[in-house]
Amino acid sequence: MNAHALLGQSINLCAVTLLVLAFAMIAQRRILTLIHLFTLQGLALVVATVLVAHLTGDHHLYFSAAITLVLKVVLIPILLHRVIDRLHVRWDVETLFNIPTTMLIGIVLVVFAFQLADPIASLSASIARGTLGIALACVLLSFLMMIVRAKAVPQVIGFLSMENGLFFAATAATSGMPMIVELGIAFDVLVGILILGVFMFQIREQFDSLDIRHLERLKDD
Amino acid sequence: MVSLGGVLAQLLEIVLALLLAPLLSGWVNQWRAWLQGRQAPGLLQPFRVLHKLFVKESVVAESASPLFRLAPYAIFGCMALACAIAPTLATDLPLGPAADAIALVGLFALARVFISLAAMDIGTAFGTLGARREMMIGFLAEPALLMVLFAASLISRSTSLARIVEALAGQDFAIHPSLAVAGVAFTMVSLAENARVPVDNPSTHLELTMIHEALILEYSGRHLALIEWAASLKLFAYSSIGLALFVPWGIAAGAAPLAILLAIPVLVAKLAVGGMLLALIETINAKMRLFRVPEFLATAFLLAVIALLVHVLLGA
Amino acid sequence: MLPLDWILLILAAWLLIGLAGVAALRNTSFVARVLFPLGAAGALAVAAAALAALFAGPQTTILPIGLPGLPFHLRLDALAAFFLLVIGVATAGISIFAAGYFRQGEGTPPGLMCLEYHVFVASMCLVVLADDAYAFMVMWETMALSSFFLVTANHRVEAIRRAGFLYLLVAHIGAIAILLCFGVLQANTGDYSFANMRAQQLSPLWSSAAFLLAIFGFGAKAGILPLHVWLPEAHPAAPSPVSALMSGVMLKTAIYALMRVAFDLLPLPLWWWGVVLLGLGLATALFGVVFSAVQTDMKRLLAYSSIENIGLLFVGIGLGLLFKAHDMGALSALALTAALYHVISHAFFKSLLFLATGSVLHATGERSLGKLGGLIRRMPWVAWLSLIGVLASAGLPPFSGFVAEWLLLQSFLFTTGLPSSFLNMLIPLVAAAVALVAALAGYVMVKFYGVIFLGQPREPKLGEAHPASPLERLGLLWLAAGCVLLGLVPVPLIELIDRVTRVLTQDGIAATVSAHGWLLLSPTSLERASYSPLVFLLAVLAVVYLTMLVVHRFYHGQLRTAPPWDCGYPAQTARMQDSAEGFGQPIRQIFGPVFRLERQLPTPFDPRPVYRVKVEDHFWHWLYRPLASLTDRLARAFAVLQQGRIAIYLLFSFVTLILTLLVARW
Repeated sequence: MNAHALLGQSINLCAVTLLVLAFAMIAQRRILTLIHLFTLQGLALVVATVLVAHLTGDHHLYFSAAITLVLKVVLIPILLHRVIDRLHVRWDVETLFNIPTTMLIGIVLVVFAFQLADPIASLSASIARGTLGIALACVLLSFLMMIVRAKAVPQVIGFLSMENGLFFAATAATSGMPMIVELGIAFDVLVGILILGVFMFQIREQFDSLDIRHLERLKDD
Repeated sequence: MVSLGGVLAQLLEIVLALLLAPLLSGWVNQWRAWLQGRQAPGLLQPFRVLHKLFVKESVVAESASPLFRLAPYAIFGCMALACAIAPTLATDLPLGPAADAIALVGLFALARVFISLAAMDIGTAFGTLGARREMMIGFLAEPALLMVLFAASLISRSTSLARIVEALAGQDFAIHPSLAVAGVAFTMVSLAENARVPVDNPSTHLELTMIHEALILEYSGRHLALIEWAASLKLFAYSSIGLALFVPWGIAAGAAPLAILLAIPVLVAKLAVGGMLLALIETINAKMRLFRVPEFLATAFLLAVIALLVHVLLGA
Repeated sequence: MLPLDWILLILAAWLLIGLAGVAALRNTSFVARVLFPLGAAGALAVAAAALAALFAGPQTTILPIGLPGLPFHLRLDALAAFFLLVIGVATAGISIFAAGYFRQGEGTPPGLMCLEYHVFVASMCLVVLADDAYAFMVMWETMALSSFFLVTANHRVEAIRRAGFLYLLVAHIGAIAILLCFGVLQANTGDYSFANMRAQQLSPLWSSAAFLLAIFGFGAKAGILPLHVWLPEAHPAAPSPVSALMSGVMLKTAIYALMRVAFDLLPLPLWWWGVVLLGLGLATALFGVVFSAVQTDMKRLLAYSSIENIGLLFVGIGLGLLFKAHDMGALSALALTAALYHVISHAFFKSLLFLATGSVLHATGERSLGKLGGLIRRMPWVAWLSLIGVLASAGLPPFSGFVAEWLLLQSFLFTTGLPSSFLNMLIPLVAAAVALVAALAGYVMVKFYGVIFLGQPREPKLGEAHPASPLERLGLLWLAAGCVLLGLVPVPLIELIDRVTRVLTQDGIAATVSAHGWLLLSPTSLERASYSPLVFLLAVLAVVYLTMLVVHRFYHGQLRTAPPWDCGYPAQTARMQDSAEGFGQPIRQIFGPVFRLERQLPTPFDPRPVYRVKVEDHFWHWLYRPLASLTDRLARAFAVLQQGRIAIYLLFSFVTLILTLLVARW
C-alpha cells in the first residue's frame, strides 16, 4: 500500500467534498444549515491544505492552514451565528427558485470549469493539479449561489464560500500563494465580513427585512 | 464453467437472503424504537407477522383481475433474484452473469411496475394515488441508481457486480472520490426506494403522505405477506449493493467453502452496522412534504452525475 | 431466383391486391378476409427474402420504369435487407390485424383503403431498395402521398383534414431538404446514382452541409425536434392499423435513410456530426416522453412515445458517428447495433400498442383515457398481449426494449478513451439523460396500461365492450411474440445486425457475442458485462413457482372476495380513480416550464365545478404560429399582384419572359 498515493487521493477526496458542499449550499433553504455547511467546507479546506503541505514539504502552507482554521472554521462561523441571532433569522427558511434547475445550471458550470482547467492543469506540476477544475467549479458555484439568493446572509455565505474555492485553487495549482498575500486576503475577508455585517444591520433597520430585493428601490427614479 | 461450489454458494446466498431480510427489517425497527426511547419489539417480530399473514385467508376485491393475484408472486420473484445477483457472500455465482448492474436496475423497475399496476387494478382512489406517487419516485430514483452503479463500473471497467466487488476489494486500497459522491447519492436513493423516513413512512396510513402503504392497501393474507417479505428483501438487496460498492471487503473472491463460511459473520456484522445507521438517519430526519421528494431525488440524481464527472476529471 | 427478384415479385403482387381491392370497392368482407391476409403472407415472404439477402452479398438491378434514360436503380445490401426485414415482420402482423379490423363505415371505401395501404407498404420497401436519388425521391413521395390518403381516410372530420394537411406540409418541406442534400452529394457530376455519390470526395464544408440537410429532411419524417408537430396530429388521426404502420414502420425509413447518408454515402464523418445528433436526439427523447406522460388521448400518448423512441434512435446513431469519426470501429458497431435492435424492437411493440388501441377504440368507441378503464376484464386477450408491449416499451427486462437499452448504455460505458476531454464529459451526461428517459418511459407506460385496462370502468357503456375478433388477436399475438422472442434470445438477431454494421462501420460485435453462446449476451467480454434474459426469466419464474408451491403446501390457498377496502372509505365510484390528467400531474409539476399550460380551476363556491387543463407545446406557439403568420403576411403582400384583369397577368408573364431572356443573354 502506497501511503504517498493514498494521501494524494485524500486531497482529491477533500476537493470533491468541497464541491459537494458547494452544491449542498445551493440546494439548502435553511440559513442555519448553510452556516454549518460553510464551516464544514472550511474544515475540508484545512485538511486539504495540511495534506498538500505534508506532501510537498512547503511549511508555509501549514501556516495558511492554521489561519484558515482560525478564521473560517472558528471565527467567521461564530460571527455569523451571532449575526443571525441578533437579526432573528436563525430559523429562517428561504423560498428558492426551482432547485433542480439551479443544480442543472450548476452541472453545466462544473463541466465548463473542468473543461477550462484541463489545459492549465496539464501545465502545472503540482501534486493536486487534477483538483484545479474542482476548485474553479467551487468558485463558479458559489457565484451562482450569490446570484440566485435573495437574502443578505446567504449571499455573504456565498461570497465566503467563493473565497474558499479561490484559496483552494491557489493551494492546488501553485502550492499556495506567498505568505504576505495570504495574510492580506485573510485580513480582507475578515474586514469584509465585518462591513457586510454592519450593512446587514443597516438594511434591516431601513427595510425591516433582509431581502436585498428592497435595495432595488434605492435607485433614482 | 458452473462449479458445484458456485451453485451451493448461490443457493446459500438465496436462503440466507430470505432469512436475513426480515431480520434486518426487525433490527432496523428495534434500533428505531431504542433511539426514539420506546420499548422495541423482538428481533423475530417480522417473522411472526409473516407467519400470521400466511395463516390468514386472503381477501381479494371483487373487481380484481388475475394480474392483482399474480403481482405479489412476481414482485417476490424479482426481489429474490435481485438478492441472488448481488454478491453478498461470494463473487463466483452462477446467476451472476445472467444480470449485470443495468439488468439489476431493470429488475427493480420491473417489480415497481408490477406493484403499481396491481395497485391500479382494483380501481380505488388510494390505489391509483399510490401508483402515481410510486412511479414518480421511481422515474427519478432509477436513473440515479443507475448512475451510481455506472460510477463504480467506470472504476472497475465492468458492469458485472461480481467484477466490481473484485476490482474494488482486490486491488490496493485506494480512495475513490467519485465513489464517495456516489455513496451519498446511493444513500438518498435507497431511502426513497425502500420507503424510509425522509421520503415515506411505512408505519402510517395517512392519505396525504403515504406511498408504499397506499399501493398495497388492498392486499391481505398470503399476498400481503409476500409483498412485505419482498419489501424486506428489497432493503436487503439495497444494503448488499451498498456494501458491495462501498465496503467490499470480506466477500469471498472464489467459491472456496471456508471463505464463504467466513464471509457470513462479516456480512452479518456489516448489515448490523448498516441497519443501525439507517435507523439513525430515520430518527434524526423529519418526513418531507411530498412536493419536496422530487427535489430530493433530483439532488441524488445530479450528485450521481457529478460522481461520473469527477471520475472523468480525476480518473478515479 | 435471387432475393431481390422475389421481393420485386411480391411488390407487384401487392399492387395487384390493391387493384383487386379497387375492383371490389365496397365489398368489405372480401377486402378484409381475403386481400389483407394475402398481403400479410406477402409481407412474411418479404421478410423471408430479406433474411436470405442478409446472408447473400449485395445485389443490384435496374427497373426500366420512370423517365426515359432515368431508370430506377435498385440495390439490396445488408442495410436495406435489415430494414426490409423490419418492414416485413411488422407489416405481417399489422395486415393480419387489419383483416379483422376494417369494417363497414364512414369515409374512404375499404377497397380504396386496400390499394392505398399496399401502395404505402410497397413504396416503403422501394425507398429502402432505391439506389439512386431519383428512385428514392419518387418512392419517398409515393410513401408520403399514400400515407396522407390513409391518414385522411375519415376525411369528413375537420380535425383529421387539418392533421393530414399539416402532415403533407411538413413532409414536403422535408422532401425539399432531402432533394438539396442529394444535390450536394452528387457534387456537380450530374449523376444521381448512389454509387456515384459514394465515390465523391466532398470537402468537409460540403459534406457537413449535406449532413445537416439530411438531418433536416429525414428528421422531418422521423419527427425530430422541432419538426415533430405533425406526428402527434397525424398518427392518432389515422385508422389504427395505419397508425401502427406509420409509427412502427414508416418512421424507420427515415432512420434508414439517415444511416444510408451518414454512414454510406458521405465520406468519413466529422466528430461534431455525432454531437449534433446526440443533442437533437436527447432533446427529442426528453420532449417526447415528458409530453406523452401528460396526454389524455391514448393514441396521442403513443405518438409522443414514438417521438421519444426516435430520439433514442438518433442518440444511438449519433454515438455511432462519434465513434466512427474517432476511428473506433468496434464501439461504433456496438452503438449502431443498439440502434438497429431498437429499430426492430420498436417496430414490434409500438405496432402492437397502436393496434391494441384500435381494438379498444372499436370495442368502446372511446379514445380519451378519461373515459376508459377496467378493460382487462372485458377484453383479456388484448389486455394481456398489450401488457407485453407495455413492458417492452418501458424497457423492462426480459423484453425486447430492454436489450436495446442495455446495449446502448453499454456503449456509453465503454467511452472512456475519446481524445477530447469535452466529449468524455459529455458522454456521462448523455448517459444520465438516456437513463432518465428510459425511466420516464416506464411512467408513461404504467399510465397507459393502468388507465385503459385496469381499475373500474369510468363509463357505464364500457360494460358492453366486446372482445377483439380472432384475426385481430392473431395480429397482436404475432407482434407480442416478437417482443418476447427478441427479448429472450437476442444473440441470433445481433448476429444478423452484425452484417449491417460491417457494411456501415467495417466492424461488428457478433464475433465476440457468439463466442459466449446464444444464451449469454456479452458485447465485449464476460469480464465487462453480460446479460442472459432467458436465465433471468427462468430464475424469476422458478422463484415464483416455488413460492406458490410452498405457500399453498404449507399454508393454504384460501381466497375470499369482498368489496374493495380502500381504507374503509364508504362511498366510492369509478370517478374517484386517477384520471389521465391526475396521473400526469407529477410530471406537469416537475417539468412545468416545458409545457404551455392553460388551466381552469373551479372555486370552492362553484355550483357546477369544472376543471380543465390544456397542455400545449412551446414550439407551436413560438415557432410555428409566427412562421404561419409570416407566411400569411408575405402572401398578403403578394396579393397586391392579383388584379383580376387578364391583361395585367399577361403583362407579368411577358415581363418575366423578357427578363429571363436578358439574363440568358448574359
